[in-house]
Amino acid sequence: MTPPPLQITCKEFVELVTAHEDGALPEWDRIRFESHCQHCSGCRAYLQQMRLTISALRSLPREMAEPDNLDELARTFKDYKPRAQS
Amino acid sequence: MAQDQAEVVGPAVGAFDGNEPLLVAALRRRDEAAFAALVKRYHSLMLRVARAQLNDVAACEEVVQETWLAVIKGIDSFAGRSSLRTWMFRILTNQASARLERDGRQIPFSALASADAVASEPSIEPSRFLSRDDGPRPYFWMADPREWPEDALLAAEVRSVIAEAVQLLPDSQRVVITLRDLEGWAPDEVCEALEISDGNQRVLLHRARARVRAVLDDYLGSGGR
Repeated sequence: MTPPPLQITCKEFVELVTAHEDGALPEWDRIRFESHCQHCSGCRAYLQQMRLTISALRSLPREMAEPDNLDELARTFKDYKPRAQS
Repeated sequence: MAQDQAEVVGPAVGAFDGNEPLLVAALRRRDEAAFAALVKRYHSLMLRVARAQLNDVAACEEVVQETWLAVIKGIDSFAGRSSLRTWMFRILTNQASARLERDGRQIPFSALASADAVASEPSIEPSRFLSRDDGPRPYFWMADPREWPEDALLAAEVRSVIAEAVQLLPDSQRVVITLRDLEGWAPDEVCEALEISDGNQRVLLHRARARVRAVLDDYLGSGGR
């Protein structure tokens, strides 16, 4: 049995989450996505898991290390003269 | 709802946090401190991005050094059509491709990324959904995913689970999720920096997130052990 045209399945829903969160879904797909979500507790739970995952990813600490030759690079930068200018 | 990441922020570079025109102006007048802050801010990230494009650690170091030299030489001609970081990472991607071509051994990252994006990889194991034989609702959940407690991911221990899950992603997924989620770049910045299409960056990002979600779900389901 084929679902009515306005409906998407849960299997389709889970593939559309990132496009939805990016605001990249075409209008009709967005409407299908959001109406599916309203009626499906499983997909609401999945969406919540994805949103929590994304916000946890965003709060990971940043790894920052400077190169050994930072001073040398900075000097090269300061002393650089464009060749074309003469 | 959806769009909390659309904030267009400039690179967070020391005193120039978020003020890109000011940073670019400082770089153009050869302000050494501004340049040093830029290097400190992006050197590690460049290495990580290079690492997704080249297998050889030593080659990554060289390519990143070449990129900094190209930034030094090119900053005066930076036209501001893209963000500064997009411009720098596009240079990095070009240097990495040139390196691959010179060594004549690997396919360029953009080709790898589109091959990865085309390969099928469902976000959820198909067995979690009802099948056609299970009655009138095929492809709906067999059993609902569990609700995670809102604060489930705040523990320090969970952070290392997430960081490890990101490390284990395939190269093309890891680099996209790093730029989009860990660094908060906009989709078009990532496409331009990595020379990949909008569709491919979204597929790779989605798969990466889906994999990290699955790791977290296993972790939380096993009582955090």
